[in-house]
Amino acid sequence: MNLATKDIRHNFGRFALTTVGVGLLLMIVMGMGGIYRGLIREATLLVDRIGGDFWVVQGSTRGPFAEISRVPPILEDRVRGVPGVASARRFVSHTIQREFRGRPLRIVVQGLAWPDDQGAWLPLIAGRPLGQAHLEMVADRSLGLPLGEKVKLGKDIYEVVGLTSGMVGSGGDGLGFFTVSDAQSIQFDLPGDAIRLDRQSRRARAEAMDMGRVQPLVLERSAGMSDGIPALGPPMVSAVLVALEPGADPHAVAATIASWPDVTVYSEQQQKDLLLSGMVDKARRQLGLFRALLIIISTIIMALIIYTLTLDKVHDIAMLKLIGARNSVIVSLILQQALLIGALGYGLAYWFGTFAFPRFPRMVTIEAPDLLQLAAIVLGISVLASLLGIWKAVRIEPNKVLS
Amino acid sequence: MTQTSAQSTAALEALNLTKVYGTGNTEVIAMNDVTLRVARGEIVALLGPSGAGKSTLLTALGLINPPNSGRIVIGGTPVMDGPRALVDLPAFRRRHLGFVFQKANLIPFLNAVENVQVALEINDVPPRTARQRAMELLDYLGVADRADNLPDALSGGQQQRVAVARALANHPSLILADEPTAALDSHRGRQVMELFRKVAHERAAAVLVVTHDHRSLDVFDRTCEMEDGRLRGTVDTSTAMV
Repeated sequence: MNLATKDIRHNFGRFALTTVGVGLLLMIVMGMGGIYRGLIREATLLVDRIGGDFWVVQGSTRGPFAEISRVPPILEDRVRGVPGVASARRFVSHTIQREFRGRPLRIVVQGLAWPDDQGAWLPLIAGRPLGQAHLEMVADRSLGLPLGEKVKLGKDIYEVVGLTSGMVGSGGDGLGFFTVSDAQSIQFDLPGDAIRLDRQSRRARAEAMDMGRVQPLVLERSAGMSDGIPALGPPMVSAVLVALEPGADPHAVAATIASWPDVTVYSEQQQKDLLLSGMVDKARRQLGLFRALLIIISTIIMALIIYTLTLDKVHDIAMLKLIGARNSVIVSLILQQALLIGALGYGLAYWFGTFAFPRFPRMVTIEAPDLLQLAAIVLGISVLASLLGIWKAVRIEPNKVLS
Repeated sequence: MTQTSAQSTAALEALNLTKVYGTGNTEVIAMNDVTLRVARGEIVALLGPSGAGKSTLLTALGLINPPNSGRIVIGGTPVMDGPRALVDLPAFRRRHLGFVFQKANLIPFLNAVENVQVALEINDVPPRTARQRAMELLDYLGVADRADNLPDALSGGQQQRVAVARALANHPSLILADEPTAALDSHRGRQVMELFRKVAHERAAAVLVVTHDHRSLDVFDRTCEMEDGRLRGTVDTSTAMV
């Protein structure tokens, strides 16, 4: 006869409520692990998908995912000249926040090196890649922009021609893909007044210099558009992506580029490692600590529940002891109930999670190894939680039945 | 019956039991040099006012409240020497002792037959055999028709019968009952006392019953009276001696 299940059947309502509570708690623990995995996945998604063998970034920096990296667009052509390089693409990435139909719209703006890169590699769920050099964008579904939607960014209006799914930045904001020039237009867009003030400021500086006074053309240019002044040059890009030719020696290519004093080169894996060890690492540790705290809290709550259930049975346990029950019978009763609460709570946590996690604002990725690890943790905390109840039960004297 | 033959057939021998609670000014001698023998098949009533030490004696004999001094021998096996246990007490209790209390103390999450069955399974009887034997006992005590009812659904008398069935489950040589009829009306109380007599005589078990119910004393083979922790003497000397 299984005393644990008999007791549970008799107090089913209370047991069910307890198990649901433990299940919700474990769902949060499970969710924390899922958020951590999601964070890693979101952070490395772009690096994984964009498919560059090497990232060439500003010298002595850790690249655009760790800090500001600016390299001249001409670097693309320099890299193409290295033996073993099949292609090079400019990479532009920055985050913007605009008001759109009364709500904040945060977009991680990604520049595609048109016309070589039109976004054919993007995981489209609707629409098409970019089809022209300007005024089109491919948006991630998480941005909430439907196909055909028109969004004003800077001075231009962009039409959503394609939709992706799950393409988000390391901050969880949806990615928007534009041509590099459009991405730069968005990035360096200034209000008209700011441009006029800047031009006046340039003219004033030029007037104060000898060269401005002796060369009227310089004065004229300084009051004009930025791209008319060679010293200002075209806007910088964040990095240049390098794809190798089949059979090329990656070490030789990397060594060649690394020998240039103005840039630093990272492999795809190094770029991912930098991402994870940099900005994601603190979030990972924070989530890990929070998860550990939740596990401790779960253990304490489960221990209190098991202890309370044991206190309710003091008289019955005393009676069992009086009629000669071994301690193993009593321990088994409590341990089985703790394990059952843990196991059912775990199952409920998983089931609740299938409804709750897709509604979380950040990606929650539940992976099989994490589920197995949590199962082992739940097993451990169930045993640990039952110790207090077992300790109490073992100390109950048979003569308690008389009280 | 001679002293020797009485000892050889004794289910219970309690020799010079003393139990003291507290120390110094708060010291209370609950049981003072008590010697008692109960033979197999004998039913003995233990009488006395509240605080006389009856329950202390019963719990000492039930191996759940060890005496400070004295010896307890059950079924010829020395089990206690003062506070020192000479056997594995839980194992000895489940094999040789049966308990019935004022309250039936049935386990609330087990039905009537399971309350009896659990006592058998604890004693390593296989579940199917335990179930069968539990049903036979309920039938013997006239409550087989309530076998599947939880304790809450049973009357006080039915609960007490199930408790008696549980006490009998492992064929104990000694049954200890502490005011088993206190919660019952006189008719049902007498039924339970007669049940103990039947059990004692038919199953050759020694039955020691603490009671205040003087209307049922004719059921007993012998009565003993306690006062101030001492066993004063007996009424009726049919089979055993004090």
